[in-house]
Amino acid sequence: MMEIDNKELENKFQQKIDRDIKIEPNDWMPDAYRTTLIRQISQHAHSEVVGMLPEGNWITRAPNLRRKAVLLAKVQDEAGHGLYLYSAAETLGADREQTIDDLHSGKAKYSSIFNYPTLTWADMGAVGWLVDGAAIMNQVPLCRCSYGPYARAMIRVCKEESFHQRQGFEIMTKLAGGAIEQKEMAQDALNRFWWPALMMFGPSDADSSHTEQSMKWKIKRHTNDELRQMFVDVTVPQIETLGLTVPDPDVKWNEVKGRYDYGPIDWDEFWQVVGGNGPCNKERVDARRKAKEDGKWVVEAAMAFTNKRNSKKSA
Amino acid sequence: MEKSKEWPLWEVFIRSKQGLNHKHVGSLRASDATMAIDNARDVYTRRSEGISIWVVPSNNITASDPSDEDSLFEPANSKVYRHPTFYDVPDGISHM
Ligand SMILES: [Fe+2]
Ligand SMILES: [Fe+2]
Repeated sequence: MMEIDNKELENKFQQKIDRDIKIEPNDWMPDAYRTTLIRQISQHAHSEVVGMLPEGNWITRAPNLRRKAVLLAKVQDEAGHGLYLYSAAETLGADREQTIDDLHSGKAKYSSIFNYPTLTWADMGAVGWLVDGAAIMNQVPLCRCSYGPYARAMIRVCKEESFHQRQGFEIMTKLAGGAIEQKEMAQDALNRFWWPALMMFGPSDADSSHTEQSMKWKIKRHTNDELRQMFVDVTVPQIETLGLTVPDPDVKWNEVKGRYDYGPIDWDEFWQVVGGNGPCNKERVDARRKAKEDGKWVVEAAMAFTNKRNSKKSA
Repeated sequence: MEKSKEWPLWEVFIRSKQGLNHKHVGSLRASDATMAIDNARDVYTRRSEGISIWVVPSNNITASDPSDEDSLFEPANSKVYRHPTFYDVPDGISHM
């Protein structure tokens, strides 16, 4: 009896998805849909929050006040993105603190790109331009995701995201058009971030276990390889405009396919970084853990203050 | 890892400009209403998205049950005569 009911509910659910009707928090949904979304949204939230670290590294060393104000505003936006996403995960019944503790224990993942160091100021350009650029490529289709709160969070995020990429490209333009040393710095940053940016779209379709189901549920609208190709196609001309060199000798325009071909991705590196062995994995998670531990007294003091005031009011 | 006492959840409503309703924009955690307003300003109005903020403790909201959708909202569907398009207006009649 129970099983028949579930089958019927599942059919109804899929029909809604097929008709592009959004799923809202209190609606019936299959357990696997819920757990898939909790995993994806919390990973996304962690990426926003951990993503503040490589850029936060340069706030105090920005070359002038304008750059500093811009970078500060961008990093503040990323904190907000983290919050929208943790809230969206909470609507699915995820326990926020548990979600964060899973990041700190290494159980939960975040985007592998943030495990690379930001060595020079040019990296602020490369990160804004390439990393936020790749993130936008991922996030725009998520604005149409079948789960309402996730889609709404993405619409807000995408609105805020567009200046992130532009400020990064502006930094690259300035450096690429500057002294020889500045242009070399820009090229060096591009060399280091190009491949990790391509890896941001995740494993190739052949190795991506969740893609098919996620597309059926309209959580995902494009495969990893499709998005990666779109990114290459828009970015290569931008590199040329900057007067820089694509750090991949295999990149060339394919007249027949109407897109750029590119060389093989080093998937060993990708899996190493995802598995915790990237250059900065430990540093990033340690920084987040320390932030929680150091801030704990503030959380507790604020709550104690509220409780005390409430008990006075009722007395 | 030791559990801390989490701050309660608040729903945030923003009036984007004078003359419009407050609209739900999202939620956040804060220890009290004042902090919830401050955080809502920082998170949801960094680009002049609003001129007024309401915050409501999430657990004070009572929602209709989505499984009651049919019985709650069906009567509206069967009363088409509540819409002006239900009525025929003879040709030549205007201002109606
Ligand atoms: Fe972001
Ligand atoms: Fe961003």
